[in-house]
Amino acid sequence: QEAAKYEKKVMVLDFVTPTPLGNSWGLGGTCVNVGCIPKKLMHQAALLGQALQDSRKFGWQFTEEVKHNWMTMTESVQNYIGSLNWGYRVALREKKVTYENAYGEFVGPHTVKATNKRGVEKLYTAERFLIATGERPRYLGIPGDKEYCISSDDLFSLPYCPRKTLVVGASYVALECAGFLAGLGLDVTVMVRSILLRGFDQDMANKIGEYMEEHGINFIREFVPIKVEQIEEGTPGRLKVTAKSTKGNEIIEGEYNTVLLAIGRDACTRKIGLDKVGVKINEKTGKIPVNDEEQTNVPYIYAVGDILQDKLELTPVAIQAGRLLVQRLYAGATSKCDYVNVPTTVFTPLEYGACGYSEETAVEKFGEENIEVYHSHFWPLEWTVPSRDNNKCYAKIICNIQDNERVIGFHVLGPNAGEVTQGFAAAIKCGVTKGQLDSTIGIHPVCAEV
Amino acid sequence: GKNEYDLLVIGGGSGGLACAKEAAQFGRKVAVLDYVEPSPQGTKWGLGGTCVNVGCIPKKLMHQAALLGSALKDAQHYGWNIAQPVHHSWSVMAQAVQNYVKSLNWGHRVQLQDKKVKYFNMKGSFSDLHTIRGLTKAGKETIVTAENIVIATGGRPKYPMQIAGALEYGITSDDLFWLKESPGKTLTPFVFNVSLECAGFLTGIGLDTTVMMRSIPLRGFDQQMASLVTEHMESYGTKFLKRCFPTKVEKLESNRLQVTWKNTDLGTEETESFDTVMWAVGRAPDTETLNLETVGVKTNSESGKIIVDASEATSVPHIYAVGDITEGRPELTPTAIAAGKLLAQRLFGQSSELMDYDNVPTTVFTPLEYGCVGLSEEAAVQCYGSDNIEVYHAYYKPLEFTVAERVATQCYIKMVCLRESEQRILGLHFIGPNAGEVIQGFGLGIKCGATYPQLMKTIGIHPTCAEEITKLHITKRSGLDAVVTGC
Repeated sequence: QEAAKYEKKVMVLDFVTPTPLGNSWGLGGTCVNVGCIPKKLMHQAALLGQALQDSRKFGWQFTEEVKHNWMTMTESVQNYIGSLNWGYRVALREKKVTYENAYGEFVGPHTVKATNKRGVEKLYTAERFLIATGERPRYLGIPGDKEYCISSDDLFSLPYCPRKTLVVGASYVALECAGFLAGLGLDVTVMVRSILLRGFDQDMANKIGEYMEEHGINFIREFVPIKVEQIEEGTPGRLKVTAKSTKGNEIIEGEYNTVLLAIGRDACTRKIGLDKVGVKINEKTGKIPVNDEEQTNVPYIYAVGDILQDKLELTPVAIQAGRLLVQRLYAGATSKCDYVNVPTTVFTPLEYGACGYSEETAVEKFGEENIEVYHSHFWPLEWTVPSRDNNKCYAKIICNIQDNERVIGFHVLGPNAGEVTQGFAAAIKCGVTKGQLDSTIGIHPVCAEV
Repeated sequence: GKNEYDLLVIGGGSGGLACAKEAAQFGRKVAVLDYVEPSPQGTKWGLGGTCVNVGCIPKKLMHQAALLGSALKDAQHYGWNIAQPVHHSWSVMAQAVQNYVKSLNWGHRVQLQDKKVKYFNMKGSFSDLHTIRGLTKAGKETIVTAENIVIATGGRPKYPMQIAGALEYGITSDDLFWLKESPGKTLTPFVFNVSLECAGFLTGIGLDTTVMMRSIPLRGFDQQMASLVTEHMESYGTKFLKRCFPTKVEKLESNRLQVTWKNTDLGTEETESFDTVMWAVGRAPDTETLNLETVGVKTNSESGKIIVDASEATSVPHIYAVGDITEGRPELTPTAIAAGKLLAQRLFGQSSELMDYDNVPTTVFTPLEYGCVGLSEEAAVQCYGSDNIEVYHAYYKPLEFTVAERVATQCYIKMVCLRESEQRILGLHFIGPNAGEVIQGFGLGIKCGATYPQLMKTIGIHPTCAEEITKLHITKRSGLDAVVTGC
């Protein structure tokens, strides 16, 4: 869309290879269809379930029995997504960007072959190319995984309630999904190979896990599934999962209605003809290394988003990188995407917002004696009346003593963590110090003032 | 002779308690006098001041109750089956809120004890420069002397004494939060944030609520934002009687109240009956019974508030004042607390840091919340001239509203910047859910001198409402449509 502003002739090829279970979706990519958007809406549905319980303590009176209807929720969510798909198509049309619902792959220099759903092939040439094919969920490679398990690609449009669910994985995708499924009243178990939220501050990750456990989510730690079998067909059916301990020979079995795999995502770079044009990829991860201007080793081919090596897999980062790239190419701008201090939020039942270094990375980079960690538990005012979870919410900032106690890490665990974290991220971009933080007056009574 | 205490604080509210506890940390001998004169309706409460008992805390909790009412409606769209009808019980809510407040009263007393601060439940007044006379409810007198004295007695709601029946039949926010029974059909005349916030949550819990205003809402706040807030409240169900002012209140045989008012637009006089009339005509500083003239502490002749300098000192060297009682300061808990702490640190802790009252972020907890920090657009224009400022703005829709099919017409963000190259941010205004949470961090950024380019370099967190602030790019000057579309 940005390139079209500069009166360039632009084409977008978008195609969704159906999931093993046959699921597909419209224009917009992961975020819109099977990521951030439906995730946050279902998380909201779960939060509203909690709000219902709280509301009784605030004087609201209604029948004891409150049930959740999966189909009502999913239909609403899918309708909204449909409106976004539509919105994107309209936007592209208005901006005179040519859109083709076809699978693109390089066949030679400056040339791409587009194959649509019906197998019709067309060739297109362009001066420059941008690869932004993103990723898809990884499968375990065990018997029964593709036949019987679902992934996040399937969950948000599942036409039946998943019921008793086993979530395999410890990524934020796994924990967020487990979180909202439990919040909707389902029986949820999470099977974790080793640690939670690898790459995130482990102190915070453990607190998130603890909170989830206290709220009824079962964790099976240090096990991996080795086979999935179907006991009974149905929507959902019944599945038997066999798992092996990572620490010995113990084998366990469990029965679930649904098995959701959330063990990671693989870049969609292997089958788009990159070898035909000489674009180098990391053979192991499939990711594309680029320079700080998002350029691959082939000068006229660029890449943005989840497929980039060593960059963050986040929608806003991809958007920013894409926009700035185009502004550099066609509007004479020089700004590069700033990948440092990118704030993020994990929308688990107890939300976690962060910006900057984790405590362990800060210690590693600066040395324990050169950093100061300020922290506090807090109790959101809104949780007092319903007597909920006293002392579970938590905030910590990590400061660099040698640099005027500059804030280099911000972490908060509590409601609306995203809303809280955003402004602090802006402040960190401005180089905020602990002294400035101390002299800023709090808004009262909100969680962020802590 | 030697003074009994190093520090005596008159007033156990946000400012007073913060100051006293901080001073005690330095090993000083500290005492606090706190006394609540019952409201005309007879309401009284414990230690902690306005915020804890009849301000921020109960207000936010009742606001939360109202928000949960909306959540109940939203929940149905998200698949939750709730059998109709749904009722709200004032007494269940009020009792829960009052119990929580009482636990805070208790908590404060325990804290004072732990920190070895002496607490007197007495009404204090000056006998001479270093002597305070404390009077208990029963009339027992105690004399206390101190080296340094801090006045932090705060304020109380005013009554419009010129309106017949106002005092006898009306209540104020002092009473609202302690009502054992529902206030029923309520009228809140005049419009400070207190009345809008209260009218908001009363509407949210299902009560027939009317706001009466003579001129503009939220005086002192950015007026464009203020009208969006009231516009939302109107669509939310709160009734507004604009350009009207009450002339008398009478009690009917049914025990309801009949209010007569003048409509300045039509030049007519109208009446209607209500169960409750809650005045929100401003607050008056609680200085009358302090005997300030005896010791020469100067007050502002118009407002009655105590005049202080940048170090919180009054016209008398060893007598200080913090909080709502001081002239020219924001009437906010966090500023009172900060000022109280810094004062104690300067008096007893070798610090010289003064309180910075600039760029204090705040939030109005109306049904659609409004958070802001820095200058309003009109103040910026006045200060710098409209040619020298750039206003970025956007109408956005919170993701959570989509499935809930909620209207987001008034969800709006505005950032006022200097126009010159650096584009320093002068003011940020946000209307939407969780406004307080959104604004807090940006308040910090503004304290660091944040500029528009720095904000634009900040990556957004997706999906949140706050990220819209990092995406602002349409200026008012351009005249372009400021509605955010798409992801």
